[in-house]
Amino acid sequence: MSTNTKIAPSTLSIKDLLWQIQWDKDKCTLCGKCCAVCPVNAIELGVFRKRIVETSLEPDKSSSNNFKVFHGIRQKTDPVFACIGCGMCSLVCPNDSIIPFKNEETDKVKFHINRDGQPKKRGGRRNSKGGLLDEIKFIRISMLTDPALDAGRHEFELKTLLGRVLSPEKTIEHLKNKGWIPPVREIYPLIIGGMSFGALSPNMWEGLQMGVAYLNEEMNMPVRICTGEGGCPPRLLRSRFLQYVILQIASGYFGWDEIIHAIPEMKVDPCAIEIKYGQGAKPGDGGLLMWNKVNKLIAAIRGVPQGISLPSPPTHQTQYSIEESVAKMIQSMCMAWGFRVPVYPKISGSSTALAVLNNLTRNQYASGLSIDGEDGGTGAAYNVSMDHMGYPIASNIRESYLNLAALGMQNEIPLFAGGGVGKNGNLAANAAALIMLGASGVQVGKYIMQAAAGCLGSESDRCNVCNIGLCPKGITSQDPRLYRRLNPEDVAQRVVDVFLSFDTELRKIVAPLGRSTSLPIGMSDALGISDYYAAEKLKIKYVV
Amino acid sequence: MCRLFAFTSTEPRSPMIAIDALDVMREGHDGSGVGLFLRDLGGPFENLKDVPILSGIFTEKGLKRLDTYLMKIGFMTKYKISIRVPKKAPKGIPNRDFYIIKAYEYPKDWEDKSLREIEDKLMNIRLRLRKMGEKEQDMIVFSFWPDVIMIKELGDPKTVGEYLDIARDELKARVVMAQGRQNTNYAINLYACHPFFIQGFSTMTNGENTAFIPIKDFLQSRDCKGYAGYQSDSEVFTHILHYTMLELGLGIEAYKHIITPLNNDLLENHPDSHFLKQIKISCRKLIIDGPNCVIGSLPDHSLFMVQDRKKLRPGVVGGKPGMFVFSSEMCGLDAVIPDRDKSKDFQPMHMDTVIVGPERQEVIVCQQTQKLPLPH
Ligand code: SF4
Ligand code: SF4
Repeated sequence: MSTNTKIAPSTLSIKDLLWQIQWDKDKCTLCGKCCAVCPVNAIELGVFRKRIVETSLEPDKSSSNNFKVFHGIRQKTDPVFACIGCGMCSLVCPNDSIIPFKNEETDKVKFHINRDGQPKKRGGRRNSKGGLLDEIKFIRISMLTDPALDAGRHEFELKTLLGRVLSPEKTIEHLKNKGWIPPVREIYPLIIGGMSFGALSPNMWEGLQMGVAYLNEEMNMPVRICTGEGGCPPRLLRSRFLQYVILQIASGYFGWDEIIHAIPEMKVDPCAIEIKYGQGAKPGDGGLLMWNKVNKLIAAIRGVPQGISLPSPPTHQTQYSIEESVAKMIQSMCMAWGFRVPVYPKISGSSTALAVLNNLTRNQYASGLSIDGEDGGTGAAYNVSMDHMGYPIASNIRESYLNLAALGMQNEIPLFAGGGVGKNGNLAANAAALIMLGASGVQVGKYIMQAAAGCLGSESDRCNVCNIGLCPKGITSQDPRLYRRLNPEDVAQRVVDVFLSFDTELRKIVAPLGRSTSLPIGMSDALGISDYYAAEKLKIKYVV
Repeated sequence: MCRLFAFTSTEPRSPMIAIDALDVMREGHDGSGVGLFLRDLGGPFENLKDVPILSGIFTEKGLKRLDTYLMKIGFMTKYKISIRVPKKAPKGIPNRDFYIIKAYEYPKDWEDKSLREIEDKLMNIRLRLRKMGEKEQDMIVFSFWPDVIMIKELGDPKTVGEYLDIARDELKARVVMAQGRQNTNYAINLYACHPFFIQGFSTMTNGENTAFIPIKDFLQSRDCKGYAGYQSDSEVFTHILHYTMLELGLGIEAYKHIITPLNNDLLENHPDSHFLKQIKISCRKLIIDGPNCVIGSLPDHSLFMVQDRKKLRPGVVGGKPGMFVFSSEMCGLDAVIPDRDKSKDFQPMHMDTVIVGPERQEVIVCQQTQKLPLPH
């Protein structure tokens, strides 16, 4: 930049950027692939000037300067084009000559991503590494008195229940008097959490559905997947695969016209209905599908015009008195399927979770509660909601479980935990810890995107442009040029890989604890942590 | 692993038989304690079948407090066995003031009470006494129930048996359960010694119960004051039995379906499929996870044995009409009934419930896959 160029407040240099591109002139062949692939146009072909000093060997002739130009890759410094560190340029470079590095300084771009008074929006997750779940250890190892089980040889029963479970006393009474026994599904404790058709690309959705179908029909694992708020493709609604699907309804009711109309034609009931009241990544904020992603197909499934942003309100607009209308909504959804399908709410982790739970205990149709912690992911949200709002899942689940136990209902309303499960790659350990704290199962989204589709996002603010339809991996894009990068069959295979390896790891955790006949929900004596206050809070052992 | 031994006989027999059998299985327990459960009593109790008998260990002060307390409620002593022990207890056995076995006349105002009410009251009194004793460390109460005597003490079973003169005629019984402890705790609390008892149900177990905490949490959240204590993780087996039979009104055949339900394939083809699926769902928190062999005694004087889902513990039942033995090991059975038809010995597997009823004529084996007698 020449000195006489105007320097505005938002004029930044490469030094100020969070992600800095290192480009190696010697290796670059100027193929241009990096610039073509970059989702945010952070780099462009640059013309650089270089000076070569030519010294003459003849004493009478003076030395001279020779100015030349050369071509290369230049990183843009306008915050709008700031590199997101996705690393796609490195991925496509045939000569390994380009790679993004993270600036150790405080990110200066952050101060400027609010042009026109619009705060930063993005997709992804909370930018915070670490997490309590990884610190929890499994300490109750069966030794001499009760030899540990063999994860490879013994029979393991690791399924869980989704649905309102009557107390044993009531079950007997209802069996005798032919009373109503609420529907309960026996499912695998790792659920693929709500990611909508719209947030995800068609190829991603198809891949997930295929993987889930394979796990159910070939591997005998009753894995379930939640649709998220965005409806469900009409053919899936009318197929037998619907039984593996949890249909989500949220405050925008997107896609529910189509679903309701399909009810008479459904061959099977869906696994369950999830009513979303909150999401861990953006508690108290509604859903958002930005206009960039609302193409013809999405518009048709959701029953909206094309190319407009689709925000869902923060609350269900039909609700006046919340308790009453939550009860009514649960009941209406139950009624829609003749009381054959479990209906449960999903809320974001919150210090008010116990109040919600208490309400549910008094509602005979409430089939469970899903709590999404602060580390949950999203397709689009305000950065501030993602980074600063929410409640940690471990203590929220624990409090809820202990609260149910105090009421004698810990067996009756299953709790599902989500939000950051496996965020550092330790899926089975995190899931097992949550289960032993009291969760009946866990929901994962981001982990599946990372493991099954190679999502590049991370807790260190990498990529996370899921909101604008430019997902470089084709996971959260509606542009066929992008999503054709993702082969649905490959995704399906990875989903199967993830679940099978998870299953083995889960056995490797529960077998040494001497558990195999039932999922060890609430087996808190198995857990320990070296943080005294966390141990007190979670009511588990303090071990150092 | 502790050793278990039980017998059921048409004629009252000395509980020393059981203690001797434990001694034969000596290798399996460490002589750290013994528990005895006697029911369907002979001797002087033959004619006292309906009145509650209190069993426990008391200090002088504790005994006074006991008498005052029970007298205040209106209980009158009807009969008592005095166990006089030498001043100095043998090595390994603590010195105690009194081992009490006392039968009481019910208070007058209990006459018009229903059976269930009386049963609840008896349990509450036992719990109350236990609490009083725990506070002052002056009483340990094992049972307070008609036709039941319990004795527990630290030390080697044989030494304890001889020291307390268990062989005396007054203690003869038709149902006897005995456990020789293999200690896994450093400080032994007698309340952690098997067998456990609640309102006419008693069980003893060997092995650990890895699912203890969730089961305990569940039981404690039920509406039964007796689901308390839990000095041992095996106490829940007794309480689950009580819960199954008394609270849910199911038969002993259902016990196994509660603690180790069938897998789904087997459930699907079960004649009571619908019923059992619902039971499996609603009683999920009561699923045990072994390795355990449970031997128990029911109010109707049946004796039963069940194993965990994987059958990780030994256990054998054998005998002849008139007398049957349930034992951890074959050598215990051999020592007591050597002249039986050994080909009829039965080692229950992961789906069996073995019962010898009050007639003591045969061993009934109930497979979990069989149809259940269901409540109507
Ligand atoms: S890392 Fe991603 S955003 Fe940055 S220059 Fe490379 S392709 Fe573009
Ligand atoms: S790879 Fe796609 S889904 Fe993953 S963070 Fe980037 S934009 Fe989002």
